[in-house]
Amino acid sequence: MVQTTLKPWGLKLAIGGAIVLYLLPLLGMDLKTYLTLTIAGLAMGMMLFLVASGLSLIFGLMDVINFAHGVCFAWGAYVAFSTFRALNKWVTADSVFYNFLIFFIAIAAAIVVVGLIGVIIERFLVRRVYGSHLFQILITFGGMVVLTEFIRILWGPNDEVMPVPRTFRGNWDIFDIIVLRYPIISIVIGLLVYGALQLVLKKTKVGKIVRAGVEDPDMVQAMGHNIFLFFTVVFAAGAGLAAVGGLAMAIFNVQVYPDMGDAYLIFAFIVVIIGGLGSITGSLVGALIVGLSYNYVAYLLPPLAVGVNILIMVIILLIRPTGLFPAGK
Amino acid sequence: MSETILKSDAIHTFIGQHHILQGVSFEAKADAVTVLIGRNGAGKSTTLKTIMGLLPASDGKILFKGQEIQSRKPYDIARLGIGFVPEHMGIFADLTVEENMQVAMLREDAATTERLERILSMFTALKDFWRAKAGILSGGQKQMLAIARAIVNDTALLLIDEPTKGLAPIIINALIDAINQIKQHSVVVLVEQNFYMASSVGDHFYILDDGKVVHSGAMEDLVQNQELQSKYLGISKADG
Repeated sequence: MVQTTLKPWGLKLAIGGAIVLYLLPLLGMDLKTYLTLTIAGLAMGMMLFLVASGLSLIFGLMDVINFAHGVCFAWGAYVAFSTFRALNKWVTADSVFYNFLIFFIAIAAAIVVVGLIGVIIERFLVRRVYGSHLFQILITFGGMVVLTEFIRILWGPNDEVMPVPRTFRGNWDIFDIIVLRYPIISIVIGLLVYGALQLVLKKTKVGKIVRAGVEDPDMVQAMGHNIFLFFTVVFAAGAGLAAVGGLAMAIFNVQVYPDMGDAYLIFAFIVVIIGGLGSITGSLVGALIVGLSYNYVAYLLPPLAVGVNILIMVIILLIRPTGLFPAGK
Repeated sequence: MSETILKSDAIHTFIGQHHILQGVSFEAKADAVTVLIGRNGAGKSTTLKTIMGLLPASDGKILFKGQEIQSRKPYDIARLGIGFVPEHMGIFADLTVEENMQVAMLREDAATTERLERILSMFTALKDFWRAKAGILSGGQKQMLAIARAIVNDTALLLIDEPTKGLAPIIINALIDAINQIKQHSVVVLVEQNFYMASSVGDHFYILDDGKVVHSGAMEDLVQNQELQSKYLGISKADG
């Protein structure tokens, strides 16, 4: 049987080892650069967490490999892009209130639109191919292509500059260290989403049924719960989380483009594999590992930036094939 | 004469290309424990999964309180008042014992609370591990939790698949006591290979072989019939 929990000493060793490992880049840079990269890495990690947590839940609960998850990320970014354009005066207003208001309106719009896309994908594509990974890959890949083409039709094929609410631009000077505002905001948002997800999954009946479904969906059905309804809800929620991730990343990069989901889908799969299927905490830890590693290595050895994450994934898979925090499947 | 709660009428079930159930018919009557026995691969577990809707019946009828259920979804069947304890127990290891029970509870009314209290007085170990993750429970405690979840609702029929598998004799005796208590409130259909357990709680038996019922009758008749035990259950006189 595959071991799914770390022994206490193993956990301490892993945390200690990770701290030492993530202090190593200090040998190759000064403290200010290290802190700047750490904040950027944490911010990137939080945005990846938003994408990966949905993918992990869909993978863990429904055993569905969803290649259309990346395009949900792109759709989230484009819906926010249109929302910002439509209410541009609140984006450019010299008012923290209006800047945050438009930001939260964009988040709500992205969740609603992309959540509905998620419902459509689940009901009309994925539901036909439950139990067959090959067909899931083919059909969701097809869905991704179609939805990406819809982006090109609706918003055009070219890259666009993402409007950024005024408050989110610029930086703070904290003890002579220049800290960009938006990464800090995105770290806070990531933590809030993580907290909200944990609250829903651990404290509500729906959350408990979803967690139970990750372990044994047949048993959940045999207890009188319509698992397919939960599948639809989780798929829509997963798509909504990807949309928030796309929106956050588009603001971070000040750019939207139709294929933007592809690159981040690869990162999301790496995060899910590192963190363990179906685990929100696993997604958070995996995303932070990927975000920090990417930023440190991109500074020190730029050509190895993506490769280092694949290397970490391989090492973790060799040590713990089920990932760091697998749900008890 | 007791009322028939469950009637399986010539059900056929395929798993992939394999024709597992080839016309299984049996009845479970009120105020009784019906035991399905037979060798490995005879179709006992498949019968319970088919009743529960987890495997589709390709032919035949399943009637619960006179209502056809063979085309219904598992969650509909469960909501009719059928509880299921699978062979692997289906414990949610990452959830606490309390959370396992909460997932099982379809209502949180006074009657359910009263049933929960009765269950916890029957399976006291669950109370001791109430806030612990179910994955750390022993085999016997997991079986108790699996049964507790299945009877916490207003369960008219309880389907239990091989509850004694891998359990120590002392735990088996505790399970016998538990099933004898449960049968005061629910009709029980038990799949069991352990003849001691089957004969201790069973009122009626059906022997399955190669996906068909080959013998049935009162349990006391089977206890007396060494030839039948030897032929279908592999029990010799020396074992007895």
